Amino acid sequence: MGEICLADEFILETSGLTKEFAGFFAVRDVALKVRRGHIHALIGPNGAGKTTCFNLLTKFLKPSGGQIRYKGQDITAMPPADVARLGLVRSFQISAVFPHLTALENVRVALQRQHGSSFDFWRSKTVLDRYNGRALELLNDVGLSEFANTPAVEMPYGRKRALEIATTLALDPEMMLLDEPMAGMGHEDIDKIAALIKRISAKYTILMVEHNLSVVANLSDIITVLTRGQVLAEGNYADLSKDERVKEAYLGAGHG
Amino acid sequence: MSTLTDDTIPVTPRAMRDEMIVFAVMALLLAIVPFSGIYPFFVMQALCFALLACAFNLLIGYGGLLSFGHAMFLGTAGYVSAHALKVWALPPELGIVVGTAAAALLGLVTGYISIKRQGIYFSMITLALSQLLYFIYLQAPFTHGEDGIQGIPQGHLFGILDLSKPTVLYYVVMVGFLAGFLLIYRTINSPFGEVLKSIRENEQRAISLGYKTDQYKLLAFILSGTIAGFAGSLKVFVAQNASLTDVHWSMSGEIVLMTLVGGLGTIFGPVVGAFVIIAMQQYLAGFGQWVTVIQGVIFVACVLLFRRGLVGELAHFLRRSL
Repeated sequence: MGEICLADEFILETSGLTKEFAGFFAVRDVALKVRRGHIHALIGPNGAGKTTCFNLLTKFLKPSGGQIRYKGQDITAMPPADVARLGLVRSFQISAVFPHLTALENVRVALQRQHGSSFDFWRSKTVLDRYNGRALELLNDVGLSEFANTPAVEMPYGRKRALEIATTLALDPEMMLLDEPMAGMGHEDIDKIAALIKRISAKYTILMVEHNLSVVANLSDIITVLTRGQVLAEGNYADLSKDERVKEAYLGAGHG
Repeated sequence: MSTLTDDTIPVTPRAMRDEMIVFAVMALLLAIVPFSGIYPFFVMQALCFALLACAFNLLIGYGGLLSFGHAMFLGTAGYVSAHALKVWALPPELGIVVGTAAAALLGLVTGYISIKRQGIYFSMITLALSQLLYFIYLQAPFTHGEDGIQGIPQGHLFGILDLSKPTVLYYVVMVGFLAGFLLIYRTINSPFGEVLKSIRENEQRAISLGYKTDQYKLLAFILSGTIAGFAGSLKVFVAQNASLTDVHWSMSGEIVLMTLVGGLGTIFGPVVGAFVIIAMQQYLAGFGQWVTVIQGVIFVACVLLFRRGLVGELAHFLRRSL
């Protein structure tokens, strides 16, 4: 019975996850357990393998070894689009929007996917207007309602990230993987997006890779520290900030 | 946060209304051509190429896929239709169906192979496959090699419309062109078209939203090839022959040229581009070999001065979608 509880408790688990690039181990034997409902942060110095690990989890890279289980199901060999359909949806480091579609159309593309496969080239796209209400709701949720008819390319950077999150939310995922959601943002935007992540975490499990330690400190329930492709430590921010190994690895010897 | 009212929900975009008005004007202009004194064979030929360029534009302008082998659809449908009409003595409507179906099948096979790669590699595979077909058609007995299939009977469409009468043939070609154009227009403005555009914009993101992008690209490729083939079948009735010119790689290049001159990713650009190029070939024929040089200069000028193409620049200037 304990086993069943565990499987239920951890939405995403990896064991022995390894990625080798021609003799170089970017990720080595990583066992990660993400608890349902948590904000789980993956941190580590540059080159620690965070993004590689992330790409393995979202299936944009094929692991050289190990296993990935999502909701108890082995997804190690599953193509990325199928993983997304199971409710495990990722974001990208560089803001991933569809630049020449309006904010509304961006969100609609995601809503459209949720309601079928859309191979219907003989129908008018006006049938998509029925998603407009929901799309506006989602835009409103992330504070973008006034941008509904603005092409994404014309939006400020911070707003693009918010749009990306709205698009991801449109899929009604169970778990979101955020790749450096604060990368390249100013303070004001960071606070906005952090608040947004905090708010949506009530409904979703979130695993994020993030460099900004104050964001990590504020948001995360649990943090995994990676160095040289391996897990160095795991715990909450308070514990980890006292951990000498983490200090040394993460901040470098210079910070003593 | 602003409250939402019903008037914030966008209605059908103004763009679609504008485009339908331009379409109506275009259809009207085409309808009066036989009364205008313009040489109808020139317009018919241009319409076939315009449809071909529109089909090509569906792929590059809306799917972001640059095919450098689109002549293979034109030529294949042409040969198959010509053979069906002349040797099998099929009626015109079946000749068109058989030719178009051959192009669709070719689209399925070549698309399946080429969409496995992206960017320049995709273009190179389409070029390689079209060259492969060129050499097959050069050798295959039914194409009659350098001579081509000549003297193709035009027959009676549906048993009533006598296609050997220029005016009847003109209107049949015109209706065929308009139907093909509308199918492309609808495809661009369909739920499928929206997904296709999102793949053009950011394929990785489309995958992460759960779209199996290869399937969408393949369908776009097949649709584009089929419509290009339809244009090739229509052309057989206009030219009354099917020759190697239509499968040669330089024809694929000409399709790219037409689309670029008119405006990549615009609705009407490829039509304008096709008319400009065909008109040049027609009216500059007196310059002989120099036509190619003049075409080259225009191409360079277009890329340097009007990067959006003629229609693209106009649309940009008017802030309208055309």
